[in-house]
Amino acid sequence: MEYSEKVMDHFTNPRNVGEIQDADGVGTAGNPVCGDMTHIHIKVSDGRITDIKFKTFGCGAAIATASMTTELALGKTLEEGLAISRNNVADALDGLPPVKLHCSNLAADALHAAIEDYLSTSESDTPYITTHQQTE
Amino acid sequence: MERIYLDHAATTAMDHEVVQAMMPYFTQASGNASSLHSFGREAKHALDSARQTIADALNAQTDEIIFTSGGTESNNFALKGIGKGHIITSSIEHPSILKTCRYLNDHGCDVTYLPVDADGMVDPGDVESAINSDTKLISVMHANNEIGTIQPVDEIGAIARDNGIPFHTDAVQSFGKTEIDLQKMNIDILSLSSHKIYGPKGIGALYIRRGVKIDPLMHGGEHEKGRRAGTENIPGIVGFAKAASLAIERFSSDREHLIKLRDMLIDGAMNAIDDVFLNGHPVKRLPNNANLRFKFVEGESLLLHLDMKGVAVSTGSACSSASLEPSHVLLALGLAPEDIHGSIRFTLGRENTEEEIRYVLDVLPEMIDKLRAISPLTGR
Repeated sequence: MEYSEKVMDHFTNPRNVGEIQDADGVGTAGNPVCGDMTHIHIKVSDGRITDIKFKTFGCGAAIATASMTTELALGKTLEEGLAISRNNVADALDGLPPVKLHCSNLAADALHAAIEDYLSTSESDTPYITTHQQTE
Repeated sequence: MERIYLDHAATTAMDHEVVQAMMPYFTQASGNASSLHSFGREAKHALDSARQTIADALNAQTDEIIFTSGGTESNNFALKGIGKGHIITSSIEHPSILKTCRYLNDHGCDVTYLPVDADGMVDPGDVESAINSDTKLISVMHANNEIGTIQPVDEIGAIARDNGIPFHTDAVQSFGKTEIDLQKMNIDILSLSSHKIYGPKGIGALYIRRGVKIDPLMHGGEHEKGRRAGTENIPGIVGFAKAASLAIERFSSDREHLIKLRDMLIDGAMNAIDDVFLNGHPVKRLPNNANLRFKFVEGESLLLHLDMKGVAVSTGSACSSASLEPSHVLLALGLAPEDIHGSIRFTLGRENTEEEIRYVLDVLPEMIDKLRAISPLTGR
């Protein structure tokens, strides 16, 4: 099993690590029992993700996919954020080893959960979302 | 970058003396030991002499040693050759025992898998209570490959002897590192491998005490007195014997060296880093095994960081295994899954130095800090 250079880059120098104290949305995917867990915190302004941070307990792929997901999502609209799929993340990292594609590629789910958390707690009724698409 | 190999339980590099001993048998004395001509006689002579070396290393008779392709074959041979009936084994055996037991279970054998305590020890009392009138074999490993715990094989052997049941032990990890006394331990069948003791891969042996009947696994020619068919791997056998004689010769100095480095690593890591724990028995463990559990981090991530610094280790984490299953050994200790994922096995070798261990202790705390800083489990 070998990781791509991009995976190793994001694993070694993860982007946007941390938590946001006054986050507008928080999402979690995975659990420590299966070996991978990612938390994502987002700030939202005018329907855009203006800040995003992650924390991950997991393997090299789990850390790299979380880091890449935050890069892909930063500055995007909520709609665009919900459209980011696990495959988009894996592709942006020049691929993942087959065994890692499913179990360690959870960050997109955590991102979607954070966006949905924001949408469910914000008083406005999804003004920025025209189609509520479910990504895998 | 200097590379530091701390994965000797996986395999070892061959000793130069072993390679030298093998060389003539690849090119010059390359006959088939079954042939009557001079080439064949040379091969047969090398085979006999190697068998004597292995027998001497175990204080056994030459007709009690059968060469195999390695530990996996030896374990399959012992278990499948004993005949139908009930087998008692432990839940922390190597997969070559556990999966063979599963296979035998599917083919009409009953198997009892004994639990272990939090240090990985089998209770000999459990062995005794598991025995029934149909029990054909007791198989408990000498030392565990992941956590290094050394089982009370002398007590288990005595129970087997008292009940007239053959006792097999997988000594692949212990041979050359801790004392094996076939008589005192009442061992009837014992598996050995060459590549864990600086010998070549693809060769091992099964010791079968005189009078114990094990059916062949490999059927064919009359090699090994009809007990293991297949042209003998003479270079491999010669290399294995050389490695075994070096292991016996260097037994005390190797042990002293390994224990010193192992304890330096364990104590050093525990002193420098918070929330580090030792997996396996604190005292009854292999001289070269340090299996450490780093809380809040995942093993593969730590393995990758160590690898980037040139340090080779292995982990019980599911994420680094092809099966994506966490280690069955660490699960049997009763550890929480997230702690299993954070366990790293360091296994030392003859060529490792204090300087190398100091380097590992130098780079380790920073890696743990870095991983804990991004871990949601630390609550920081």
